[in-house]
Amino acid sequence: MKMGTRAGAFLGAVALAAGLVAPASANEDPVKIGFMATMSGPPGVLGKHLYDGFRLGLEKAGNEMGGRPVEVILVDDELKPDYAVTKAQELISRDQVDFVTGLIFSNILMAVFRPITESETFVIGANAGTSTIAGRRCSPYFFSVSWQNDQVHEVMGKYAADNNLERVFLLAPNYQAGRDAVSGFERHFKGEVVDTVYTPLNNLDFSAELARIASAEPDAVFTFMPGGMGVNLVKQFRQAGLADKVKFLSAFTVDEATMVATQDDALGLFGSSQWAMDLDNAANKEFFENFLAAYDYLPSHYAAQGYDAALLIASAVNAVGGDLSDKDAVREALKAADFSSVRGDFSFNTNHFPVQDFYLTQAVKNDDGQYVMSAVEKVFDDYGDVYAADCRM
Amino acid sequence: MAPAEAVSPSTLSERPSLLRAGVLSPLLFIAAFALLPLVVAGGDGAFLLTIAARIMIFALAALSLDLILGYGAMVSFGHAAFIGIGAYVIGISAEHFLEDLALTLPLALFICAAFGLLMGAVSVRTSGIQFIMITLALSQMAYFGATSLARYGGDDGLTLWSRSTVFGSSILENDVAFYYAVVVALALCYGLCALIVRSRFGRVLSGIRQSDKRMSALGYPVDRYRLVAFVIAGAICGVSGVLLANLTEFVSPAYMSWGRSADLIIILVIGGIGRLHGALWGALILLGLEDAIPFVFKDVLAPLFPADGESIGASLHAASLTIAQNWKVVLGPILILVALYARGGIVGVFSTRKDGS
Amino acid sequence: MDMTLLLVQLLNGLQLGVLLFLVAAGLTLVFGIMDFINLAHGVQYMLGAYLGVVFFGATGNVLLTIPLVLLGSFIIAVVLEHLVFRRLYRADHLSQVLATVGILLFVTELIEIIFGTQLYQLPVPQALDWAIPITDTLQYPVYRIAVIVVGLILAAGLWLAVARTRVGALVRAGASDAPMVAALGVDIERLFLFVFAVGGMLAGFAGLVAAPIVAVESHMGDQILILCFVVIVIGGIGSIQGAFMGALIVAMVDTLGRTFTTDIMKTILAPSAADTVGPALASMLIYLLMAVVLFWRPRGLFPAKG
Repeated sequence: MKMGTRAGAFLGAVALAAGLVAPASANEDPVKIGFMATMSGPPGVLGKHLYDGFRLGLEKAGNEMGGRPVEVILVDDELKPDYAVTKAQELISRDQVDFVTGLIFSNILMAVFRPITESETFVIGANAGTSTIAGRRCSPYFFSVSWQNDQVHEVMGKYAADNNLERVFLLAPNYQAGRDAVSGFERHFKGEVVDTVYTPLNNLDFSAELARIASAEPDAVFTFMPGGMGVNLVKQFRQAGLADKVKFLSAFTVDEATMVATQDDALGLFGSSQWAMDLDNAANKEFFENFLAAYDYLPSHYAAQGYDAALLIASAVNAVGGDLSDKDAVREALKAADFSSVRGDFSFNTNHFPVQDFYLTQAVKNDDGQYVMSAVEKVFDDYGDVYAADCRM
Repeated sequence: MAPAEAVSPSTLSERPSLLRAGVLSPLLFIAAFALLPLVVAGGDGAFLLTIAARIMIFALAALSLDLILGYGAMVSFGHAAFIGIGAYVIGISAEHFLEDLALTLPLALFICAAFGLLMGAVSVRTSGIQFIMITLALSQMAYFGATSLARYGGDDGLTLWSRSTVFGSSILENDVAFYYAVVVALALCYGLCALIVRSRFGRVLSGIRQSDKRMSALGYPVDRYRLVAFVIAGAICGVSGVLLANLTEFVSPAYMSWGRSADLIIILVIGGIGRLHGALWGALILLGLEDAIPFVFKDVLAPLFPADGESIGASLHAASLTIAQNWKVVLGPILILVALYARGGIVGVFSTRKDGS
Repeated sequence: MDMTLLLVQLLNGLQLGVLLFLVAAGLTLVFGIMDFINLAHGVQYMLGAYLGVVFFGATGNVLLTIPLVLLGSFIIAVVLEHLVFRRLYRADHLSQVLATVGILLFVTELIEIIFGTQLYQLPVPQALDWAIPITDTLQYPVYRIAVIVVGLILAAGLWLAVARTRVGALVRAGASDAPMVAALGVDIERLFLFVFAVGGMLAGFAGLVAAPIVAVESHMGDQILILCFVVIVIGGIGSIQGAFMGALIVAMVDTLGRTFTTDIMKTILAPSAADTVGPALASMLIYLLMAVVLFWRPRGLFPAKG
């Protein structure tokens, strides 16, 4: 038994070493894309949505770019920054990928941003968009197909300001993205912030905060509670009877991924997004139908971003005819954003972040009994982020 | 009380023979890592150097833990705090344009020693689970403290925009040079730890582990010895934090999560407690498995079976890929087997004598 | 207004406290009697929630789901004990840590393979799905009150069982001097199996009743586990009263701390600084509490050993 364990581990190490030195076959030299995302643990559901969307995008592109086949190397970053850096090194120097995409969480993006962009490998950020990377540390090798973090929160602040919501209660987790959410909301909001409460990360029970909200009697609450935190908040918000009294505005809290767990409890709550399932354009209809057929669950905005990431890469590789050696040409081709985004209008700002429309969305049950986020109104038209001015490329 | 003839692992290493596992094994480890760049030179090897450097850095952290856990019976469940603090000293200094190791390394050592003094002062009087929980408590406070450093990235962490300089030279920007700096740091720290455990101080510490009552009766200030050991271990662990920050060029509160502290303990239990070189092999095995298990299932086993069709082969293919994705489902049973059948760790299995503890 | 907030927070603290107690009870007895550090105890809590999702999905009946989950948790505990734990009774703490971390990793990943990473939920039972109005805007969910009541009844029952029954006497004796109990001819390993299985069952039940309040996911036991270790160390290892008091203290400090730390900080610091320091300090509070308790009372507030 002892021997078996040790021998197994040793064989694994030897096999690992052997695999590393084996030369890559150069027959039909695929376009290599490293897809790094958090795939395990509770946040892994976001990675799954993003990855499934990405695979569907590749299929849409015919699993071929510029006449070359496509090879995707999936890497789970396990939400550990130092581990992600090691994995990024593997992608760059062992696998010599042409693109790295995925990147759900800000801290992972920040950890791998420098090593990858400095190796002159293109990064297509498909989710996190931190202010540093949008602003003073922007890179000619980084493109985002999602948003700059602040934008999604600004939508809610603008909406509250436009709809005369005078008194708003802000609730966010106690980490950087939570603080960004609050400052993003406050950028356009003109009314009174009755209170700002930061909860511990991975908070399970919001009863304390809900009691405060109830006693403050605000017009609306704005919150940013991604993943499981959002599920707990929404369920408890409903159970405390607040949903009928206080308007619930949110970002990254209510979406198709979390409504699997919240179901009826989320109905009527508001979110903000650059995408919704019922956006009326042909690309979106095709995406939605194919996604449901292929994976048998409803796509979220994460899936939509993954899909767009694949289409963007395909458009650029096709534009340069599969020749990725001229980095400037590839960059120009990426910058052109010559693909049909599922969100409709899409172009790149000077900092390589999207200029796009943003919507107020609402959780509804559609005719098929599915829980979806529906676009209620357009809040921003062709909207860029405020950090682009700091970016010098 | 331990019987007089029971020989502790540490007293073993006092016999002056070069050809013994206690000397040969760490030499072999460090030599192998030192030779690695020659074998994998060229563009492809860079990531292998990153993996190897990461293994050595965790080996260094586990080594410092062994000093207190193995030789002083102080099971610290908060040792990763020192990795984090060492790393944050580098990160925060760099934010203030202080990037030279000539200044930042002593600073990191000093701050880690100071935190060690604080942690030790409240914990050395306790033992067993109380010691475990107090060290956990203090490291959790350090962790939450780091997440609240909004000025330095908070939970998102802090990017270093260059590696530390050494007396003004940016030689560490070269990956191979940095790799050798890690090798040298590990070798020096190992030598230092070996000296400490053989010194009179180390022997007293071992005596306290076997029976603190006896040592106390002999007139040794037991708590003070344990405190000094704790401070030394903290400072040495700080070195690993300095190196980790430079390896990843990134600093994050995640470096000091309790899971990391648990990893360090697991490394020691796998490798072998109270033998210093157990930390080295334990780190190699635990971090190696992290890469090896997914590799074996994804790149070795899965291709053996056809990917398509309805056959048993296809389901085996899919199962291999699933296991590669959820590789901890294999790691878990391996840890259980080590705990059940390989007491004394890997080093204990290889050594011919029975474990004295 | 502030008094109602305080009242609601006391109720919330009580509710978290009884949940923590249900998980901590098994942990402290297993630790106390067999000197066994079980890091896989949180897994029982997590599995209880998943069993609830599965059995409720299959039967659609709350009254059927509860006994099925209890039975399932009991069986899982017995199986784990037979496969791993009983081989480690005499091993040192670190081997126990290694093995139970192994179980934790294995079971967590297995759940991810079977159920995926998505979140699951259990609905609040229909009969309890309403709220009591406290003020015009503030309501308190009846389900949480039910959790408190059931938790207190179980705690009282457990205390009676330990204090008044023959098995309870053995458990108490085992916690204070296991070798002596064994020397008196009691099959201490069977006693341990019993305590372990009941402890696992209670943790599973806690997972089940928590499921309508929090999302069901594969790592939900990890956080609870650390909290429960804090609870049993503060309360005194091996002591049921200690676990109960420890759970209430930890839950109250955590709940009230999260609500009021930032406010208190705002009276000393500038608001922006208080917003930064307050939440970090609130997260640290229970650890600070534990460090202080252990500094003054190294064996906890209600030590079981004489």
